[in-house]
Amino acid sequence: MQRSPNLMERWKTLSKCVCDGAKLMVGQGDYAAYAEHVRRTHPDRQPMSELEFFRNRENARFGVGNTSGFRCC
Amino acid sequence: MGAISKHGPWALVGALGAAALSIVAVERGEVVNALWLVVAAVCVYLIAYRYYAKFIADKVMRLDAKRETPAVRHNDGLDYVPTNKSVLFGHHFAAIAGAGPLVGPVLAAQMGYLPGMLWILAGVVLAGAVQDFMVLFISMRRDGRSLGELIRSELGTIPGIIALFGTFLIMVILLAVLALIVVKALAESPWGTFTVMMTIPIAMLMGIYTRYIRPGKIGEVSVIGFLLLMAAIVGGGSVAAHPVWGPAFTFTGTQLCWLLIGYGFVASILPVWLLLAPRDYLSTFLKIGTIVGLALGIAVVAPQMQMPAMTKFVDGTGPVWSGQLFPFLFITIACGSVSGFHALISSGTTPKLIANEMDARFIGYGGMLMESFVAIMALVSACVIDPGVYFTMNSPAALVGTTPETAAAAVTKLGFAITPETITQTAQDVGEHTIISRAGGAPTLAVGMAHIISSAIGGKAMMAFWYHFAILFEALFILTAVDAGTRACRFMVQDLIGLAVPAFKETASWGPSIVATAIAVGAWGYFLYQGVTDPLGGINTLWPLFGISNQMLAAVALTLCTVVIFKMKRERYAFVTIIPTIWLCICTLTAGWQKIFSADPRIGFLAHADRYATALAEGKVLAPAKNADQMAQIIFNDRIDAVLAAMFIGLVLAIGAFGILSCLKALRASGWTALESDPRAVPAE
Repeated sequence: MQRSPNLMERWKTLSKCVCDGAKLMVGQGDYAAYAEHVRRTHPDRQPMSELEFFRNRENARFGVGNTSGFRCC
Repeated sequence: MGAISKHGPWALVGALGAAALSIVAVERGEVVNALWLVVAAVCVYLIAYRYYAKFIADKVMRLDAKRETPAVRHNDGLDYVPTNKSVLFGHHFAAIAGAGPLVGPVLAAQMGYLPGMLWILAGVVLAGAVQDFMVLFISMRRDGRSLGELIRSELGTIPGIIALFGTFLIMVILLAVLALIVVKALAESPWGTFTVMMTIPIAMLMGIYTRYIRPGKIGEVSVIGFLLLMAAIVGGGSVAAHPVWGPAFTFTGTQLCWLLIGYGFVASILPVWLLLAPRDYLSTFLKIGTIVGLALGIAVVAPQMQMPAMTKFVDGTGPVWSGQLFPFLFITIACGSVSGFHALISSGTTPKLIANEMDARFIGYGGMLMESFVAIMALVSACVIDPGVYFTMNSPAALVGTTPETAAAAVTKLGFAITPETITQTAQDVGEHTIISRAGGAPTLAVGMAHIISSAIGGKAMMAFWYHFAILFEALFILTAVDAGTRACRFMVQDLIGLAVPAFKETASWGPSIVATAIAVGAWGYFLYQGVTDPLGGINTLWPLFGISNQMLAAVALTLCTVVIFKMKRERYAFVTIIPTIWLCICTLTAGWQKIFSADPRIGFLAHADRYATALAEGKVLAPAKNADQMAQIIFNDRIDAVLAAMFIGLVLAIGAFGILSCLKALRASGWTALESDPRAVPAE
């Protein structure tokens, strides 16, 4: 039973990795990392809300003038 | 002791790979198990990754773990974010893997599995993965700039413009050929057409869900979408069998062509959240899931290869596509061996997300090895089905006719015995009216995948489901590519015209947007229509053009890499990129030349045009043309294709010349002349 917290931790890390990977595949980065970054480097600025972040990333992938969502053959 | 523990396990991997390759390659009159191909491929990948990629990383690039990457330097939490290596690998792989590695190997299977397999392995190790890795490295050292910008800054403005224009042409051909694959897969197939059409309302529903009901919840909306998709596949079977709805969803190739053109136009001006983004979730996750599923399926089922290692069609007389092994095999399999398109991805979002320079080998070289593995699986899928079925599906109607009897007779005459009953039975098994002349790779792959997966899950009763699942999976991400690609083309058109008329650049206003979209759709729609009405089946014309253009872009990207190596004063390692560049130039130039000037009308565009022109002058009408106007159209199309091939040749020659000049200049320079952003150490925490 002693190992279970360790296993839990590992499972959490793995599932976070899989979730982050799946999200990044469709152009959605890590919101927590973004919010943390803004708080750390620009304490004077208000980070975007999670929803704003989502829409910002959606536009960055496919939006006007951007072609990064274009897939390979 | 050190050397043995360090290299010993790798020597074993090498020995296993060599053994597997010899089992695959040495013809002993026995059937080979597909697993040997897989084992051979994986061993080759491991050895290449451990030794060759490491050599490139250490000696050619001198990757530096302590040097700041763009993600660290410009970290903004949005575009530039230091990202976990495995997470980024997934992102990069999802971006490079598309329909290419699935279709090319299927078409190449007409020469047997061995030539295709050897080219996939040699190509990826020495050319494809090197290109992806090198471009990623170059972009990473230059703030994640794009291929066009890199060529402009390292080779000059003119080569930069030439490369951009070439990219636009390639994009047009790519979209046309992808759309053609969908048309070929869905023509006369009410089941397939219904399920693929249902993806549009399903995606819109998902779009509304993520926009208004549960904003941003990608995971749950993808699960909902997936369940609806499965329901659409099951429902498609009933629709196809329905006396009214079945015929209502049965379209000819030409009708589907117009539907797709209309779809491309509308879809690319709709807001992204409504259709494109949600369908992107579905297609991305389904793609990854299916690739994993196929790998598991092959591992569990361990199917036997039915196709011979090498067929007599290496001499260029094959019915699927024309031309000899050299150079046409090397342009038929582009993605999976080497794909110029990856240079765009490797200089896109990926270099902005790398946390540490040392990760570039795993992501750049490793990601391409993974794509190559997908190509090997596609090759396996095409070769585990009855070769008679393979040739029935992939030969043009002009050769095999349209009934099971004519097809069985024609294919048997080719040397691959098959009965009309087998053809009818296979069509019934997969829930289609007919499997004759369903060129384009997707249906063949779908039959192969259905064969493998149904052996593991569901048996013969599930075969029709898996067949349509495979068709849906391919059509889904092809449609996403068509949609996103049309948008990309539209922005390029707006930029190009904007050079002359600045107001045209206004991407938010409706007028220019609609005009530019119409130009983009018109460009690929023209080639699509030409392909659909092509007497030789379309794929025969468009796929080589696509292959030539894609390999040509790879040659351009590798030229850039060579120039950068010279500018870094490491020219003694330049063979790493020079060898693949020269090989690709030889292949694309020879293939391009033959496509234009070959006297065989099955290969040469001009010879084909001449045949029709002669007939027209004599007042004759050749199939599939029905009147003199259509004859004139075919002649015109052939000449356009010839001009296009000539432009690709000119492009390679021009960039090659600029590349050589830049290399000579760098050689004469006394020191480093590459334009990296200044090296800065990672700040201590």
